[in-house]
Amino acid sequence: MTTTSTHPLDKQKILGLRRKSILYRKTLLEMIYRANAGHTGGSLSCVDILNVLYNHVMNITPQNFNVSDRDHYIHSKGHSVEALYAVLADKGFFSYDLLDTVEKYKSDFIGHPTRSVFGIEQNTGALGHGLSVAVGMALAAKRDGRSDRVFTIMGDGELTEGSIWEASTSAAHYRLDNLIAIVDRNTLQISGPTEKVMSMEPLEGKFSAFGFAVRHVNGNNIEELTALFEKLPFEIGKPNLVLAHTTKGNGISFMENQIQWHHRVPTEEEYAAALSELEEAEKKLEEPNGQL
Amino acid sequence: MGNSNLTIGKTNLDTFASTLIELATLDREVLVVTSDSRGSGRVTPFADKFPEQIVEIGIAEQNLVGVSAGLASAGKKVFVVSPACFLTARALEQIKNDVAYSDHPVKVIGISAGVSYGSLGTTHHSLHDFAVLQAINNIDIVAPADNFETSEVIRAAIHHPRPIYIRFGKKVMPNLHATDVHFEIGKAIQLTQEREKYDVALIAIGETVTPAHLAGQILEQKGITSCVLSLHSLRPFDEEAVRQAAERSKVVITVEEHSVNGGLGSRVASFLMQARIFRPLHIVGIPDEHTITGSQTEIFNHYGISADGISKTAFDLLEKGK
Repeated sequence: MTTTSTHPLDKQKILGLRRKSILYRKTLLEMIYRANAGHTGGSLSCVDILNVLYNHVMNITPQNFNVSDRDHYIHSKGHSVEALYAVLADKGFFSYDLLDTVEKYKSDFIGHPTRSVFGIEQNTGALGHGLSVAVGMALAAKRDGRSDRVFTIMGDGELTEGSIWEASTSAAHYRLDNLIAIVDRNTLQISGPTEKVMSMEPLEGKFSAFGFAVRHVNGNNIEELTALFEKLPFEIGKPNLVLAHTTKGNGISFMENQIQWHHRVPTEEEYAAALSELEEAEKKLEEPNGQL
Repeated sequence: MGNSNLTIGKTNLDTFASTLIELATLDREVLVVTSDSRGSGRVTPFADKFPEQIVEIGIAEQNLVGVSAGLASAGKKVFVVSPACFLTARALEQIKNDVAYSDHPVKVIGISAGVSYGSLGTTHHSLHDFAVLQAINNIDIVAPADNFETSEVIRAAIHHPRPIYIRFGKKVMPNLHATDVHFEIGKAIQLTQEREKYDVALIAIGETVTPAHLAGQILEQKGITSCVLSLHSLRPFDEEAVRQAAERSKVVITVEEHSVNGGLGSRVASFLMQARIFRPLHIVGIPDEHTITGSQTEIFNHYGISADGISKTAFDLLEKGK
């Protein structure tokens, strides 16, 4: 259960993924700014994980989406839908134009994921549901002898839902090593630090005791994420649990670790400042040995 | 009880279990998902025969329904079997979001429904399930009256394209129907001879169709004609059958093993008023109070959900209208 070492993945591939992370941040911030609604902090904390999953780990494409024999993704922390919309638009599931309709009258692009949007597999929004549905999907794949894997990202505030622990019990009971549950451990929820609202640590000990193979990762570090997911399944016969240590609001200095950015919408000035930070980061990437 | 020449069948629960075995023999995609309820649900023989087609979740109803939704989304024909009281209360959010809203055609099977658990008390009664599920869109609601209706609805559920909730009890039921009767989800079945005019329409659902039917026989002996409907589907709601029964009758009585609030009676009253069909109406069910202690039969008798109680309600309602 140690932090994984960096993997010598092709430098160009890593650079490409970092560019995507900046692109997704721009897309989701524009979406939230235009819609005048959204979950800014939580989208920014989980967007690098989504980036690596969709661009490096999972085989989910618009072309194979309607067949069952592929990987699956459930966005259990449904309120951070803007990050998912940003990734799915880039993957070609729908046109960028449709993002202009986010949270607008009669739009399919509501403030939580729904199957009305091509590319989204399960409706979420109420917390503590995604893991159970993922268990059902992973169990179906096992029973049918398919090699599909089922990924889900949960919020850390979400972990106080009792159904998470019901689902965890059944994931281990059915030895679902094709299930990958990822906790976006940004340590903040709507009313304060997670450990002040309701202390849930030690999470590693709890999930291990429930039968998961637990791994830690810096959930905003592309190299660490790509290296970790190459080791799936972490242990044969055990469901996988990733404690992805992230920063809420990651990538925009004045949003990082600020509780009000849970669902605050940037003003015109803040939006401009955020964009210029992202453009600065983009420039740095293109420098020799560039870092995000 | 009225005089009756009805033959005695078995429990709707046993009918459900044997029908499932028949269906699973033909279709390996049929899955039963249980919450330590395989004994209560009479699916132990199913589990023994098809160990690869049963999923045990343990006593965890929220996870039970969430997992069922996931299995259904992967193409499984999922029957999730658990006592109606826990299934439709503890796991209501999963039924609402993961099944109905997500459009996964799970077959949600509420066993030992209504006051089947009798003196075990309110924790084990489901007198709220019609009400809460009627307020959630995209889930059909069926309560079969006898073995025939149970077998038919389970067969129909296999290919039903939408989520469906089916609830029944665990007592031995008389056979109400001839086997050549046509069953269709959303189409009421009339048990009495069709006439141009009736004195009373008796519209019942689930296992209260039997006392309604027997009440109709008592009334007939007194020269009072009745139109007895088994309205097994609360959704889709058979407006035409209810409209015709009410239009042709002087008074309307509904009967259900459910709270008088939000169930069949409320649905019928709401429909008739909005269709401008104004008839004196009485809702027979469990009143808005702490339910009395007793067996299912004692509770039924106490609240007039019996042949005598329903026929007396009919006399009173007809008398008031004079």
